[in-house]
Amino acid sequence: MPEEAEELESGQPSGIRSFWSGSITFGLVTVPVALYSATRSHGTAMRMVGPDGATVERRYVCSKDEKELDDDDIARGYPIEKNKFVVVSDEELEALEPRKSREIDLQRFVDRDAIDPVYFNRGYFLVPGGGTNKAYRLLAEVMEKKNYAGIATFVMRGKEYLVAILSENGILMAQTMRFADEIRKPEDAGLPKVAKASPADVKKLEAVIARRAKKLDPRELSDDYAERLEKLVAAKERKHAGIIRVAEEPRSSEGAEVVDLLAVLSKSLGGGVRKAAKRAPVRAKKAAAKRK
Amino acid sequence: MWKGVIRAGGVELPVKLYSAVTERTVHFRLLHKSDKQPVKQQLVSSKSGEPVDYSEIKKAYPLARGRMVVLEEEELEKLEPKDSRDIEITRFVDPADVDPRYYDRAYYLGPDGNTKAYFALAAALAKKEREGIAKWVMRGRQYVGALKEEQGYLMLITLRHADEIISADALKPPAGRPLVKKELEMAEQLLNALHGELDPSEFRDEYRARVMELIETKAEGGKPKLKMFRPRKPKETEDLDDVLAASLAKVKRHA
Repeated sequence: MPEEAEELESGQPSGIRSFWSGSITFGLVTVPVALYSATRSHGTAMRMVGPDGATVERRYVCSKDEKELDDDDIARGYPIEKNKFVVVSDEELEALEPRKSREIDLQRFVDRDAIDPVYFNRGYFLVPGGGTNKAYRLLAEVMEKKNYAGIATFVMRGKEYLVAILSENGILMAQTMRFADEIRKPEDAGLPKVAKASPADVKKLEAVIARRAKKLDPRELSDDYAERLEKLVAAKERKHAGIIRVAEEPRSSEGAEVVDLLAVLSKSLGGGVRKAAKRAPVRAKKAAAKRK
Repeated sequence: MWKGVIRAGGVELPVKLYSAVTERTVHFRLLHKSDKQPVKQQLVSSKSGEPVDYSEIKKAYPLARGRMVVLEEEELEKLEPKDSRDIEITRFVDPADVDPRYYDRAYYLGPDGNTKAYFALAAALAKKEREGIAKWVMRGRQYVGALKEEQGYLMLITLRHADEIISADALKPPAGRPLVKKELEMAEQLLNALHGELDPSEFRDEYRARVMELIETKAEGGKPKLKMFRPRKPKETEDLDDVLAASLAKVKRHA
């Protein structure tokens, strides 16, 4: 099964591709869209280096004679017993995709606030997939006005997703969700039965909450480890300590990748990048914030 | 099982952590086609193609123009967060302020001793409609999360770090000629007609069920029937006015 993060990672800076393209439908209206990741994971920045100072690659080899295997030598198997697998081909899996696999059919709209965050999995941007963008803008505007989310399932890269389509500042977002049977019930997770709390205790804790009620500050969600790591890297770079050169141009650094993705997105959205952002690209802004 | 202590403004509450998520994605193994046995992964040098032993690997952080900084294990160890059992709640926020893209993975917290205070905190969070922003270290990693009430229990959902979210602030929404008022009204009527309660259990992973069915058929030596088709390229609706009217008529017929 595909690892979602791989696609972006393997793309060259100029070759950021969408994960999926298809259409959103509501009623009989069709809105062609392309889907891009709106999250990225840490750790992709780090590379592995061997004793010869060259980067290291992963390779698949036969478990018996250690001979290197091409993609053509590799099959996909599901374990049924020890050392026994059912081999499943790409064609077989493709044939299982629903007829409307290129469609996110929004048959149900719900209040945005009605979605429990326990279901949320991963966020994506949706950009208009060609032609005019009238139907896209129409859906985005009405959903935002009503504070609605559209709910559907669809198949993307060998996996079915439950998805909520949200609209934010005129841009459609897709939020994949876990299926209900992927969330354990409290009793199945091993929790005791709910006991009634004493009203006096609840009141006391409500006061604690009220005293510390504040707006969310995204700075609290900063990654202290990543910041310490970047500091260490900068210090070593200044001292020219541990610097190596690699033969091939390494994949773009994380920051550059985000700037590229933003460029691809803003082009697909048909607009430019906002002026403020032009003056201060993500990377520079982040660095400036750190210098303070 | 991981145990921790919630700390929030003088409150101390010992808790146990339970996973709330069970992945049901079908996981395949990669096999060597000729002998149907699992393949092995090997690390090789990109220069010589020679195998490299895992113990000889160092981590490197890429800089611009093909340069990298090699980081020693001792240097990386020093960066790791200090071990702690504290789940520190720094503030209580309005859940609507938390971008859905932050939410990552849910855990239940269960009482570890003080049951009374545990259910009181869950009740208080529900009453105030707030989520606590939590920071803790678990298995050598620093986490941020949202502490909320879930069906009378406490739940901790890990949140992605701020720089793991690609901000849409820099993006301009698609622009064009102003939308037609009549079309906006019809679209709103259509969405209202399709509006309802959310019941996540209505939606099932049917693809997964079909994949498991295929595997079972093949495991019993059966031959699966394949129905191939080509998806059509989607065509954007252009005559919005007519299509919206037709959609509304259809929805009303089914109502």
